[in-house]
Amino acid sequence: MTALAGAKDTEMVDNHKSASPDRVIDIEKLSLTFETGDGPVHALSDIDLKIEQGDFVSFIGPSGCGKTTLLRVIADLEKPTAGSITVNGVSPEEARLNRAYGYVFQAAALYSWRTIANNVALPLEIMGLSRSERQERIARNLELVNLTGFEKKYPWQLSGGMQQRASIARALAVEPDLLLMDEPFGALDEIVRDHLNEQLLQLWAKTSKTVAFVTHSIPEAVFLSTKIVVLCPRPGRIYDVIESDLPRERTLDIRESPEFLKIAHRVREGLKAGHSYED
Amino acid sequence: MSTRILSKSRLDISALLAWLVVALVIVGLFSTIFTPDIGVMDAPRLALCLVLLAIAAVRYELGFMRNRFGDVMLGLVTAFATWLLIDTVSNHPGDAALGFWALTAAAWASAWLFVERLASWQIASKTASRLTNLAIPALFGITLLVLWQIIVTGAGVPKVLLPAPTEIWLRLINSVPTLWADFRQTFLKAVLAGYAIGCGSAFLTAVLVDRVPFLRRGLLPIGNLVSALPIIGVAPIMVMWFGFDWPSKAAVVIIMTFFPMLVNTVSGLAASDPMQRDLMRTYASGYWQTLIKMRLPMAMPFIFNALKINSTLAMIGAIVAEFFGTPTVGMGFRISTEVGRMNVDMVWAEIAVAALAGSLFYGLIALIERAVTFWHPSVRG
Repeated sequence: MTALAGAKDTEMVDNHKSASPDRVIDIEKLSLTFETGDGPVHALSDIDLKIEQGDFVSFIGPSGCGKTTLLRVIADLEKPTAGSITVNGVSPEEARLNRAYGYVFQAAALYSWRTIANNVALPLEIMGLSRSERQERIARNLELVNLTGFEKKYPWQLSGGMQQRASIARALAVEPDLLLMDEPFGALDEIVRDHLNEQLLQLWAKTSKTVAFVTHSIPEAVFLSTKIVVLCPRPGRIYDVIESDLPRERTLDIRESPEFLKIAHRVREGLKAGHSYED
Repeated sequence: MSTRILSKSRLDISALLAWLVVALVIVGLFSTIFTPDIGVMDAPRLALCLVLLAIAAVRYELGFMRNRFGDVMLGLVTAFATWLLIDTVSNHPGDAALGFWALTAAAWASAWLFVERLASWQIASKTASRLTNLAIPALFGITLLVLWQIIVTGAGVPKVLLPAPTEIWLRLINSVPTLWADFRQTFLKAVLAGYAIGCGSAFLTAVLVDRVPFLRRGLLPIGNLVSALPIIGVAPIMVMWFGFDWPSKAAVVIIMTFFPMLVNTVSGLAASDPMQRDLMRTYASGYWQTLIKMRLPMAMPFIFNALKINSTLAMIGAIVAEFFGTPTVGMGFRISTEVGRMNVDMVWAEIAVAALAGSLFYGLIALIERAVTFWHPSVRG
């Protein structure tokens, strides 16, 4: 327990370095309080976090710990009530208006009246890209998520896993350097999930994007991330930040290795401690 | 196996109907057909009708030709027997007695049996199954018309109360120029113009209400108030404002159609779920882009509901409005004057035209709806 707290402290010290040019997300003393009928809810409290270019950062924690809210603050879908945050060195709102990130939601949220190809085209139309440019990006990104051949299908004709892949293709088509993913594989079965995790890693390795990934699965978080942020609830706050020393090139086999299990153990301990604090 | 058990335990309606036909035919055989004293043997055509129905029913009970050919024969025999009934009763209007009614009921039960059999056909071909699906409601409608004809003639119902379908039909084909002029005046001018303006302006108002939130609180209650105004109060005022011709009727139609369209479009525009709104936000989509690319398509099922409701409301509004002052043409005008002259068949002819036009109008909108909202769970099935 003390060892963990120590690790947390060194992380905090590290976080207070001055902003580097590679810093994608810089969060300082950020809090968010929702005013509800039952009084204020402290969704996020005193969050400090830096994310560098090329990081794969997972937010993990029990439900209600604010991990989704944190992602939504980065995406300018929620406004913080205190503290500061920059995305690519500017405010989240500016970053959003610059279309600096792609966001993948818990559900695919595809439009049923558009074919898969046209769903991927939606953000591109809004950005005002030319027709040929759109076609080119649709083809490339559908191929990336293994959906070539399904362009003319409607979302309701596809399985849940395929729908979620299409929504990832839609987020990638914007060609953002930053990818925000909110439990994108939460509703999928284990096998599809493993497969998509591998594909996501390959994609990340290929494109050197920065990824912020919300999950409640420990193996998923450890397998994917270079940095794991453990949050705990009431108020939502960061309990531990774990820098993963696993190699960047990973296959699913790595989940059997002692290094993997060591990190997974530390995440689990963090989650447990965060909970017992409450009880 | 399980289906067999199920079908055995269930009531076999077809067999019951066949037995009913047999029982009714026996009643017909032994009672008076027409007053004062005509039995079935005195009316050879009815005797033939009786025999045909009896054979058809007994054949079914005995299990001969329980196949499609047998079913088609049943249909043809029933049609012929029914024609015999109609033809005979037209020579004895108002004289029908128990025996005749029994035969009528037998023909009706036989028609039911035919439709029951038709509905049970397993058809592989798509067009053929679509045809049978159309045939069943059509047969139902024809049966109703035939019963109407037989009962009105047989019981001698006065023409002023309810004319027979044949009389209405005769009046209809003899007054095509009048009916067409009325249709043009009421439907092609008042209804279509009022419908287009009413629905169109309500749609634009809904977008405005959605854009400017305080209007929601201001305009919606006013819209509600206007829709609650009684049409018979509004119509004379509109006639005073816009004159006797069709514009005053169109104005009534606008008032009637405006509110359903407004309310439905406003709730349709609010129908998108938060995740989809967030999605558009992450694309930094502007108001109009979000409206056109997400919220309007989402609102389409609501909008089409209003368009369908309004298609019938518009007909009612225009026809009723013509009761309060009109040039000497128009469906409502014709109905009100012909009722005064006891020309009820003309009233029914107008009603038939209105029903047909209203149904086609509704059907057209429903077809467009299927094409536009093909993606909605209620349409894609």
